[in-house]
Amino acid sequence: MDYILIIIGAIFVNNIVLSQFLGICPFLGVSNKVSTSVGMTGAVTFVMVLATIVTYLIQTFVLNVFELQYLQTITFILVIASLVQLVEIVLKKVSPPLYQALGIFLPLITTNCAVLGVAILTIKNDFNLIEGVVFAISHAVGFGLALITFAGLREHLDLIDLPEGMKGTPASILVAGLLSLAFMGFAGIV
Amino acid sequence: MNQLENFNKGFFKENPVFVLLLGMCPMLGVTSSAINGLGMGLATTFVLIMSNIVVSLIKNFIPDKVRIPSFIVIIASFVTIVDLVMAGYLPALHEQLGLFIPLIVVNCLVLGRAEAFASKKDFLSSFVDGAGMGLGFSMALTILGGMREILGSGAIFDYKFVSEDASTFLLFVMPPGAFIALAYLIAFINRLNKTEK
Amino acid sequence: MANKKESSLVNMVLTLFIITLIASASLGFIYEITKLPIKEAKIAKKTKAIEKVLPEFDNLEEMKVVKATDKGRDFEFYNAKKGGKIIGTAVKTSTESGYSGLIWIMVGFTADGKIYKTSVLEHKETPGLGTKLDETAFKKQFLGKNPDNFKLIVKKDGGDVDAITAATISSRAFCEAVQRAFDAYKKQK
Repeated sequence: MDYILIIIGAIFVNNIVLSQFLGICPFLGVSNKVSTSVGMTGAVTFVMVLATIVTYLIQTFVLNVFELQYLQTITFILVIASLVQLVEIVLKKVSPPLYQALGIFLPLITTNCAVLGVAILTIKNDFNLIEGVVFAISHAVGFGLALITFAGLREHLDLIDLPEGMKGTPASILVAGLLSLAFMGFAGIV
Repeated sequence: MNQLENFNKGFFKENPVFVLLLGMCPMLGVTSSAINGLGMGLATTFVLIMSNIVVSLIKNFIPDKVRIPSFIVIIASFVTIVDLVMAGYLPALHEQLGLFIPLIVVNCLVLGRAEAFASKKDFLSSFVDGAGMGLGFSMALTILGGMREILGSGAIFDYKFVSEDASTFLLFVMPPGAFIALAYLIAFINRLNKTEK
Repeated sequence: MANKKESSLVNMVLTLFIITLIASASLGFIYEITKLPIKEAKIAKKTKAIEKVLPEFDNLEEMKVVKATDKGRDFEFYNAKKGGKIIGTAVKTSTESGYSGLIWIMVGFTADGKIYKTSVLEHKETPGLGTKLDETAFKKQFLGKNPDNFKLIVKKDGGDVDAITAATISSRAFCEAVQRAFDAYKKQK
């Protein structure tokens, strides 16, 4: 029951992009095409889940034990940065096709606040490891859902005749606002 | 480059939010009121100035390959300092901004300036660049925050100018309002920049 | 750039090590300085919330955690004294029945079991609707009421509480949280 609440809450009600505003940069940056959005989602999911597990373990067995909670930010960002590097190296060796698909997105993930945000939120919500993993996966799915839907909408935007100032970014952000409005309809179901 | 020009570029010509589209997460996430926007902007400005200074001072001692990790450690330290100081002396604002304080560390603007500017320029230029960019960022956040507060709660800097039970455009203090307000703000600035040329 | 540093394994490891060392040392230093103000800010926040819901007091007893007997979260009890006599108790209560997520409420009971005042501590209700829980128009109907003879149920469901227009769910949740606090308070006495 609790898991279902976490999953629905993270994907729909508190969607990471549309209502918590994490990961806006890739949301606006790589959502020009549906295919790149799928690649980005894959890479983010991968790193987000790994990072949540590793940071959880570090927080529980190192930072909490030695009362070094104030080093949280610095440790977590270093963990994420090294994980991204590691994933890149491993992927290159083990699965070249997967590397080809995700490779160009990986360096962008270090500065994706969604990853650090989810890692910190897992600690803030006092989740245990399994809840944390479910939380991370659901948020990644929510990220993907928002990104891919948005990319689909954006592909149509090019065909519309807009006033000069609205062209490009403003129009995309406005569409994101409407999407966020649609997601507000999910509020109250959890 | 002239230092004044260097300072001014952050406000309009290269405004980090309106023109470069960096730091969008806090821009949308914490701007439900002008105070929150300003607080977040100033916290980021502090980190930006300090990390720019430190990076420009030690740039010659850092081996090229570990450049980025070193910058990240430096930025993360200043973020933690801001986090601790705000928790101690400005607890109310700290609570409002919440998660977005530690997330300054992944604000592309901060790392971007360290890498693109401070790691190549001298101490003074880096300081001026950090101050200009930071204040440009604060300005953007405060404008958007003010706009949403006026429309959404009928107030500005917590001063309410409509009666207690007047209806306001609540949409603007909710998440979709952030996107919509920002879209029109950027459209307006695009338009301004175009007519200037 | 004039003198770009060569990257050898030794100097890379050494640089990173030194930077991290300086960073953590200075953070430890700042942490020690801010430790006390952070703790004080937390206590001040709590005292302020208690002051809001109780009549004037001069002494506050230690916080007491009271286990919840239902499925909800545990309560926090704060006994307030004036001149050595307990004049009221502030109870920190919560509910999960809100429109979105947990609602935390501080309820003050005077020694005779009446509600003195209420204050919403934390919530994620819809701005402009559910947020009215903390506005006088809604709150004043609870002042001085004893939940034994004031049914903490919205009028729509046969109780005595005027719900906020368009925010019945939030109003119901508020009543539930106050009722839980009252039940726990009565059991303690």
